[in-house]
Amino acid sequence: MSERILSVLVEDKPGVLARVASTISRRGFNINSLAVGPTNIQGRSKMTIVTELESVEQVKKQLNKLINVIKIVELDPENTIESEVLLLKVSINKDTQTSVIEKASLSGAKSVDVGSDYAVFEMTGASKDLDKLENLLKPFGIIEMIRGGRIAIQTKL
Amino acid sequence: MSEEKLSGAELVVRSLEYMNISTIFGLPGGAILPAYDPLYDSPIRHILARHEQGSGHMAEGYAQATGELGVVIATSGPGATNLITPLTNALMDSTPLLAITGQVASEAIGNDAFQEAYTVGLTMAATKHNYLITNAEEIPQILLEARHIATTGRPGPVLVDIPKDILNQKVEWIEPKLVDLPGYKPTLEPNPKMINQAADLIKKSEKPILYVGGGIIHSKANEELFELATKFQIPVVTTLMGRGAFPDGNELCFEMPGMHGNYTATTSIQKSDLLIAIGVRFDDRVTANPKFFAQNAKVIHADIDPAEIGKIREPEVPIVGDAKSVITGLIERLEGSDLKTTDWINELNQMKKDYPLSYIQEEKGPLKVPFVLEELQKLSDEDAIVVSGVGQHQMWISQHWNFTQPNTWLNSGGLGTMGYSLPAAIGAQAAYPDRQILALDGDGCFQMTCQELITASTENIPIKIVVFNNGNHGMVRQWQKIFYKNRFSASELTHHTPDYVALAESMGATGLRMIEKSDVKKVFEKMLEINDKPVLVECIVDPEDMVFPMVPAGGSNDVVILNEDDLKKL
Ligand SMILES: Cc1ncc(C[n+]2csc(CCOP(=O)(O)OP(=O)(O)O)c2C)c(N)n1
Ligand SMILES: [Mg+2]
Repeated sequence: MSERILSVLVEDKPGVLARVASTISRRGFNINSLAVGPTNIQGRSKMTIVTELESVEQVKKQLNKLINVIKIVELDPENTIESEVLLLKVSINKDTQTSVIEKASLSGAKSVDVGSDYAVFEMTGASKDLDKLENLLKPFGIIEMIRGGRIAIQTKL
Repeated sequence: MSEEKLSGAELVVRSLEYMNISTIFGLPGGAILPAYDPLYDSPIRHILARHEQGSGHMAEGYAQATGELGVVIATSGPGATNLITPLTNALMDSTPLLAITGQVASEAIGNDAFQEAYTVGLTMAATKHNYLITNAEEIPQILLEARHIATTGRPGPVLVDIPKDILNQKVEWIEPKLVDLPGYKPTLEPNPKMINQAADLIKKSEKPILYVGGGIIHSKANEELFELATKFQIPVVTTLMGRGAFPDGNELCFEMPGMHGNYTATTSIQKSDLLIAIGVRFDDRVTANPKFFAQNAKVIHADIDPAEIGKIREPEVPIVGDAKSVITGLIERLEGSDLKTTDWINELNQMKKDYPLSYIQEEKGPLKVPFVLEELQKLSDEDAIVVSGVGQHQMWISQHWNFTQPNTWLNSGGLGTMGYSLPAAIGAQAAYPDRQILALDGDGCFQMTCQELITASTENIPIKIVVFNNGNHGMVRQWQKIFYKNRFSASELTHHTPDYVALAESMGATGLRMIEKSDVKKVFEKMLEINDKPVLVECIVDPEDMVFPMVPAGGSNDVVILNEDDLKKL
């Protein structure tokens, strides 16, 4: 099943995230990714929700019922730019250091901290590119990885 | 405005007065105490319930009888948690309710303070919306918003939680502004294109059915519905929540379909070629297994809540809008058309004759609930309000009582909350002191909230209660007979049964009892004469009686079990 991306404009009020999350889980809907952050409009936040549901219409309607939800747009994947941020800490040693850093930077990651036995990379980009980086570095021993959740914007006006 | 400073508590009371609230229901406690002090001087009538669940159902009864906002007030912690059942009940049945709860002081929130409960979290899924107030200045505006949300669109319960320090905070009254919520703009006017499409389908239909529910009552659209049905000769079925939306007794009214609906109503939908569904939600008690529901029909589904449309059944014509506007639009578009539904109506009327609702009341045998109901209706007022519990008696009332006006049938449809009847009847009587309010309850249900009898007597609320004593959780017993080989696990109430008459008398009500057929008229006449205090009639009925017709949960509406013999079909 293909992914569906919902861009949800909400009032920046306490408990909004809980309401959205509870609405989704209460109806038994699954989410692949959820990211929240401020927008350019005062008092408004944007949530980007990625699901794989056929019943996305019902999710939209249920979320729309929430008083603090202002608008929901389903993004058309063809005309959408997606981005996600990742922080990844991997073990290194004298032998692997060069090749790890090289592999990471070729993938588009930036090394932000390198110690004698670890390196931290930061990367921003499409989720599948972040997946690639993860797979690439897995053999060296990933100590910790955090991803920020996918955000997306429509390319057309 | 005035320079004088008011406490948050005074603002609460003043806001309620500002919104013309005349009656509220509640029970005090530490965190809400500041609000009870100004209430003492207010013209608002406060009815002291004996349990917060009772106060919540009272506010629901008030709201369902009047179509206006019901208000309930409770303290923090256990006061608030006791409200969860009525809140959820109101959410399921779309009843406009405002609940105001006290909360521990702001600085104590999150510390597991005495009587602290996370009320906003606990009631998030039990309300249409809820608030935690963090500054007393917001009180008037938020209460006005809360009323707006509760009473508009699809009505529902809204809770406002107010910490004790905020109730004591001194601020100025700020005149509330017109409510304008960016994320809440219910669609009332239907899209004319959809109305046209619906009208086109209706014109072409030979076997249309108007399948209508609580939405008609909330929208006060019963007169428009009557015009639509009678002008264009479209038969009507009314769901449990829609009883009274279209008058029983009219030749187009086929009453309630579904699990315990009558054969004709249920079957009419199965045979129909077009369901005109307005203010209904295709509840499983109506549809049984939706796969087999109305398989021959196209569907027009109109509802004020877009989330109801397509939730269970994808309609050919979806219409979002208020029932009144939708129906008015349909009447306009259908003007001049002549539907050929005579054969269809004749077919349904023949079916009604062939498959009537029936019961046998033997002269010397135990009383049957349907018989008792029919006798009671003969003696009671046309505009009497009937308030039911949940169980067999509820289904029999819906089947056998003739509802001719909206808001005369109050019951817990969506949640099926035992204990609803008595307190909801108190709420209805508080709204209409001079109407007959009949709480027709089961013995199991009655025992859940019977402490509110004392509320009724203390407040001079002369409701009339009939407890159908079959010594059982009758509906549970019925299922155990059918599905569990007569193993009556925990459904019998007879081992220690209260003396209902003595119980009534001990709570300041009159207690009466009926046992045989010859008692019925006499006792009801006596009951209906008592108008200065509550009266309770214990009506001892046949414990073995079962409600039919029946379509078992998850079954197909094509297979209606008509009587005990028919159970072999299962
Ligand atoms: C609060 C609550 N608990 C349990 C149930 C399950 N239940 C449905 S009907 C019923 C029996 C009701 O008994 P009674 O009030 O005597 O009515 P009767 O069926 O005998 O007419 C029960 C236990 C319920 N609906 N509500
Ligand atoms: Mg019973």
